[in-house]
Order: sequence, then C-alpha cells, then structure tokens
Amino acid sequence: MKVTTKNLILLFIGILVVLLPMILNGNAEFGGADGMAEVVINKVSPDYKPWFEPFWEPPSSEIESMLFAIQASIGTGIIAYIMGYLKGKKNSAYNR
Amino acid sequence: MLAYRLIFLLIVPLIVITPNITFAMHIMEGYLPPFWAISWFIITLPFIIKGFYNVKKIVKSEPNKKMFLAIVAAFVFVLSALKLPSITGSCSHPTGVGLGAVLFGPTVMSFLGLIVLLFQALLLAHGGITTLGANTFSMAVIGPVVAYGVYKLGKKSGLKNSVAVFLGAALGDLSTYVVTSIQLALAHPDPTGGILASLVKFMSIFAITQIPLAIVEGIFTVIVFNLLTQYKFEGGFLNESDN
Repeated sequence: MKVTTKNLILLFIGILVVLLPMILNGNAEFGGADGMAEVVINKVSPDYKPWFEPFWEPPSSEIESMLFAIQASIGTGIIAYIMGYLKGKKNSAYNR
Repeated sequence: MLAYRLIFLLIVPLIVITPNITFAMHIMEGYLPPFWAISWFIITLPFIIKGFYNVKKIVKSEPNKKMFLAIVAAFVFVLSALKLPSITGSCSHPTGVGLGAVLFGPTVMSFLGLIVLLFQALLLAHGGITTLGANTFSMAVIGPVVAYGVYKLGKKSGLKNSVAVFLGAALGDLSTYVVTSIQLALAHPDPTGGILASLVKFMSIFAITQIPLAIVEGIFTVIVFNLLTQYKFEGGFLNESDN
C-alpha cells in the first residue's frame, strides 16, 4: 500500500475515535479532566489551598482557545515547512 | 508582612469566586505541596541534563538531523494543544512525546518536553511553575521511557515498524497520566483509605479518560513516522528494518 493511502486510512480512523465519544455520550459536558481532579482534591483534603498562583492567566476561554490555536499552528507550520523542504530535496535529487 | 497578608486575603476569595476556566490536564499550579514539588524537580533534573547534552551532541555531530529535532518538538507542541473529547465525557490532550522518543531516545524528549511545558505554564496558565518538576517527570521522563521501551521490545519480538511505533506512543501517553494520578495520590492521600483509595479516584479521572486519546496519539504518531521514513535519504532515519 502507498504511504499516502495508508496515512489517509489512519487519519480517518483517528478522526472516528475523536468523534465517537460525542456520538455515544452526547449529553456529557466535556470539561477538563483536571477540573474533575480539583473536585477530588477538595473532597480528599478539604483544607488544602493551592499555595501558588499562575503569574498570568488568559482572561477568558476565548483568549485561551486563541493561544492554543496559535500553539498548534506554530507546530504545524514547522512540521509542514520541513516536510515540504524534504519533499523538494528528494524530487530534485531524482530529477538530476 | 502586612502587605503579604493583605494580598493573600485579596487573592484567596478571588480564586474561590472566579470560575475555573483554565482546564489543564497537567497538575495545576499550586496543587502539589512544596515537599512534593521540590522532590519531583530533583528526580527529574538528571534526565533533563542528560537530555540537554544529547541534544547538543546531535546538533553538533549530525547537523542534518537538526530538522528532525525541530519536527519532534513541533509535534509535541501540536498534540499538547489538541484537547480531545473522551468516552468519560471529559476532555484531555495527548502528549506527543512518543515520536521523538522512538527516533532520538527518551532523554532528548525530557529536555524538549520541559521547554513545551514551560511555555504552557508561563503563557497559558496550563500546568504550572511549582508543578513543572512533577509534570516534566510524567510527560517528559516516564512517557518517553515507556514509549522507547515498548517500541524496542516490539521490534525485538518481530512486530512491524508501524505497529511498534503505535504501541510505544499509545502506552507512553497512557503511562504519563498513570504517573500523574500517582503523583496526585501521593500528595493528596484519602483521609480514610490512604494513598491507594485516592489513587483509584485519580486514575478513574485521568487514566480512563486518556485511553481513547492514547489510541489517537498512537495513530497520529504512526502517520508522521510514515511520512518521515519516506525521507530517510534526505538526512532522515535508517531504521534497523529499513536497511
């Protein structure tokens, strides 16, 4: 099988695994797992107070999602740039 | 002292009142007592130092692999920004350290993972400075070690390259969150059931949520791995089975 075909199939399966929870468990809140951990910590040791605060927190979930989008796009940009470079290098080596 | 107290009095109600909007899957800032925060830093340090020297060595002696170092670091960047839904009805994110661990060995990822975690702690309030040692240990030390070990073991027992990569990345991801649960349980034992009882509670949150995400991480890692092996003559990798 060609690598591209293989990867497309894998990508499809990957997307399916991501979508499945939303189809099977559509009414859930899908909050963060750490928020739930916080609830457990409060239950287990009710006296515990976080002793340190982040220096800066994103002021809203919109801004936070923007920052995460930037993080993902920086990473994707780097990967795509290098992959493209390698592909071009490979092609020109064959065409010499 | 008075000023300190005043700030404390101002901050505490604020923390209680403001709804928690930052959902981080690493241990949150301030949620490990100082003893554990420092202990995890000390345990993690040797891996970071070894990783730093390994990265330096690769950059110096194999400059054509610099690009691949950038790719594995960028991969961690992308995957740890993707918060995905899970069957438990909550969200968590993959770690992305498996790819680099398979290609460069585990300690290189300890160093690169630390950089990503530091970035997230400072700019995204995701994880934290005081919990950086513990989070680095789970995501950038144990995760890569498990990924690397499983990959090598899989290759030895004759598994196909892509299957070994999948298992390595998926189990590395899962082990990260098992360690996170252990770290939280050690710091916050259940008053009646002790460490074990609270471990079960944390595991049911972190580890179970992580199972489908581990599968996704495995699949994505294989995709990028497949792409990279196409360019093995362009300074990429010659895997033992590919020669």
